[in-house]
Amino acid sequence: MPDGILLEYVPILTLILVGLGIGGVALIAPQLLAPKRPSRRKQLPYESGMIPIGPAQRRFPVKFYLIALLFILFDIEIIFFYPWALQVRSLKTLALVEMGLFVLILLIGYIYAWRKGAFEWER
Amino acid sequence: MTLIQAVFVLFAILTLGAGLFTVLSRHLFHAVLYLILSLVGVAGLFVLLEAEFLAGVQVLIYIGAISILIIFAVMLTRGMARNPGPPLNNQSLAAAVIAGLFFVLLAPVIAGFPWPQATQGVPADAIEALGRSLVDPNQFALPFELASVMILAALIGAIFIAREKR
Amino acid sequence: MAPFLVEAAIKSLILVLLLLTGFAYLTLAERKLIADFQARIGPNRAGPYGLLQPLADAVKLFFKEDFIPEYADRVLFVLAPLITLIPTLLIFAVIPFGPELTLFGYRTRLQLTDVHVGVLYIVAVTSISVYGITLAGWASNNKYALLGGIRASAQMISYELAMGLAIVSVVLTTGTLQVSGIVEAQRNGWLIFLQPVAAVIFFITGLAEIKRAPFDLVEAEQELTAGYLTEYSSMKFALFFMSEYVKMIGFGALMTTFFLGGYLGPFVDLYPGLGVVYFTLKVGFLIFVLIWLRATLPRIRYDQLMSLGWKVLLPLSLANVMGTAVVVALTA
Repeated sequence: MPDGILLEYVPILTLILVGLGIGGVALIAPQLLAPKRPSRRKQLPYESGMIPIGPAQRRFPVKFYLIALLFILFDIEIIFFYPWALQVRSLKTLALVEMGLFVLILLIGYIYAWRKGAFEWER
Repeated sequence: MTLIQAVFVLFAILTLGAGLFTVLSRHLFHAVLYLILSLVGVAGLFVLLEAEFLAGVQVLIYIGAISILIIFAVMLTRGMARNPGPPLNNQSLAAAVIAGLFFVLLAPVIAGFPWPQATQGVPADAIEALGRSLVDPNQFALPFELASVMILAALIGAIFIAREKR
Repeated sequence: MAPFLVEAAIKSLILVLLLLTGFAYLTLAERKLIADFQARIGPNRAGPYGLLQPLADAVKLFFKEDFIPEYADRVLFVLAPLITLIPTLLIFAVIPFGPELTLFGYRTRLQLTDVHVGVLYIVAVTSISVYGITLAGWASNNKYALLGGIRASAQMISYELAMGLAIVSVVLTTGTLQVSGIVEAQRNGWLIFLQPVAAVIFFITGLAEIKRAPFDLVEAEQELTAGYLTEYSSMKFALFFMSEYVKMIGFGALMTTFFLGGYLGPFVDLYPGLGVVYFTLKVGFLIFVLIWLRATLPRIRYDQLMSLGWKVLLPLSLANVMGTAVVVALTA
């Protein structure tokens, strides 16, 4: 018998189930209703009407990887803000100083990333 | 078995099963997706433990950020996603035997260990308490500040390695 | 437990059905409005004023051939629409549509669940909504789709940071992570007046998160045909399409809840039912603005997108958080 906090999460579970139900119906219905006339040409990957050239899943610029890495690091930083934000009202200066120091250290990294052109994207 | 225990078993199976598929999957991209599924299971376990903040962090950092990075890394590696080697190598049998022996060694210790039991639920203001302890010099202020130094080091290292040479 | 479960299930079902209807008529509204902006007529054949158009579209999509392209990752190709839809719906679980009221002699909240860490829940769910699109791009095994998918994920993670910080400003001002608490904290004034910078940042990053114009690079038809949607047809396409429009409603709902006072408005305490009306009107207005922007603004370039996110919005939102913190600490 779930109680208290756990009860709050039950509706989320039901919402997921309802969503899966609706989505499942939508995925299955055309299998029953729609025509099926596959052909070689139709199954080819779309490439503006041309015969596809080379594999589709090719390497892509390392830039995207760098963006994902920077994202993780700043995301970890932001997650600390949530519990802290609830305490600024009561801890005042202490909260400000501690977080100020935290942000200042990260600012060094941000400026470094900027100077090294991590945020530049060629046109 | 109570309802909560049933849900726990469900999430535990999800976590471990997806973890198993992560290491056994031949296809690297699928392995990453199984890993994500496993992490979802862990998030569910955190919710069951009423550790809402940890569940949020689990989803936000591990599923929403680190897994994206792993997906990018797989996509970045030429050929890796298409033709991975077999998941098991010729030492798999020996590894399984050693792991099994280790478990036999460990099992009595696990069974006999006086595990601490939670006597009370999670306090309602757990997150507020977390916020306080992060900035309190007598608690976790120093580790908190050091975390930022660590993130800084990771950031500089990442840029240094990943930057395209001009 | 059982009655609670039934109540949750019924509420979820009603919520999803409402969103389905909202989605259907939003497509019509968008087509009509864009037509008006461009001095065209728009759909007007199916039913009076084209009111039956969504139904006609749905019927058409149900009878369209639903094929999976060769070389596609079949399982992921089928799962991707579902993985896109579920996080989109999940956002609505914590949104309060109105105050507590009595319905058929039964006292209930117009909110599926009021999670203690609602704000964190919203941020977490937003962060996983990038997967469906990335997977669709990967599974299609199509160049346009993969490029669209990767562009989408890089765009979403870049703007998630500033969005998270804008939400932190809201938490700082209201002092709570509970969504209902944030709405109630706006009784003395909407947050858009207290936090104008955060509101603007939230609006811009929200546009980028739901990939609406001018941030719709993912589906830039001139260079990527339809991006990750290229290989999708029939109801799988419809599910993606539905997610896009439900995201628009979700964006409106979040913006309303965080900055426009949610369901609050004059006389809402006397007549709780009015709360739903206020909420709908505010969300409707925001959606109108979204459509208006699409008819007005040209699409921005990818390098502009990245530098706006990382060089302008991120430092601005961080400065806003620290500034807010100073004010909160001084006035507390």
